[in-house]
Amino acid sequence: MLKCKEVTHLLSESQDRKLTLAERLQLKMHLAMCEGCTRYRQQLDFIRRACRAFAGGEDGPDHSA
Amino acid sequence: MMSGERFQQDAPYLTELRRDMLRFASLQLRDEQLAEDVVQEALMAVLAGEKNFSGRSAMKTWVYAILRNKIVDAIRSRSRTVNVSALSQEDESLDQAFEALFKPNAHWQPGSQPRAWGDPEAALHQERFWAVFDACLKHLPENAARVFMMREFLEFETDEVCAELKITISNCHVILHRARNGLRQCLEKTWFGAGEQAC
Repeated sequence: MLKCKEVTHLLSESQDRKLTLAERLQLKMHLAMCEGCTRYRQQLDFIRRACRAFAGGEDGPDHSA
Repeated sequence: MMSGERFQQDAPYLTELRRDMLRFASLQLRDEQLAEDVVQEALMAVLAGEKNFSGRSAMKTWVYAILRNKIVDAIRSRSRTVNVSALSQEDESLDQAFEALFKPNAHWQPGSQPRAWGDPEAALHQERFWAVFDACLKHLPENAARVFMMREFLEFETDEVCAELKITISNCHVILHRARNGLRQCLEKTWFGAGEQAC
């Protein structure tokens, strides 16, 4: 069973590499039961979207709209 | 269709655009003069070009694509002199802040669980959020910020980041995790702090 600390590492790595099937299954099982780690994932996902927006995307800091 | 020349006449828009580009470039280069130079070059390329744009958003995408290339060039020419794998004191204190979130059994401390961030998308439209985001990025240790921004802003693949900066893939994962968590903790504390506490 994965521990929360390990899950945070896997969640970060999932943004950088394809996780193995075993990793994905373990992650899924953990997330189904753990609210803290589920939020961690949502927060990392949001940070990625914010970075894309910051880097000249549609939303981003832009005052022309 | 709008040409680069037409944009040149839109001074207020250009001023805003230039300011945002400067913020983007100086965060990554951590060198104001160099940032000024790359932004200037990128804007010149657009304004002098014959290329037509269907609107501001198309022009912005284009100018940022040029800016990215210029930043990449600047990072490449400098990366030979930087040792990214060295662990700074700031890196260590960020790691300590991360470790403090967990109990000895590696599960969340009750008070340290990630909180609900409400509707974070709404923040993307708020000027004040971007100032906080900017400050949190600046707060990251230099090496962590460098790796993170190459990955997230310049959209390098992880193995390209490793190759450019001559670090191992596992070290790269450690550094990215450190940066993401540092940014997450900073945003939670300074922007989403009012969010409801997880049970």
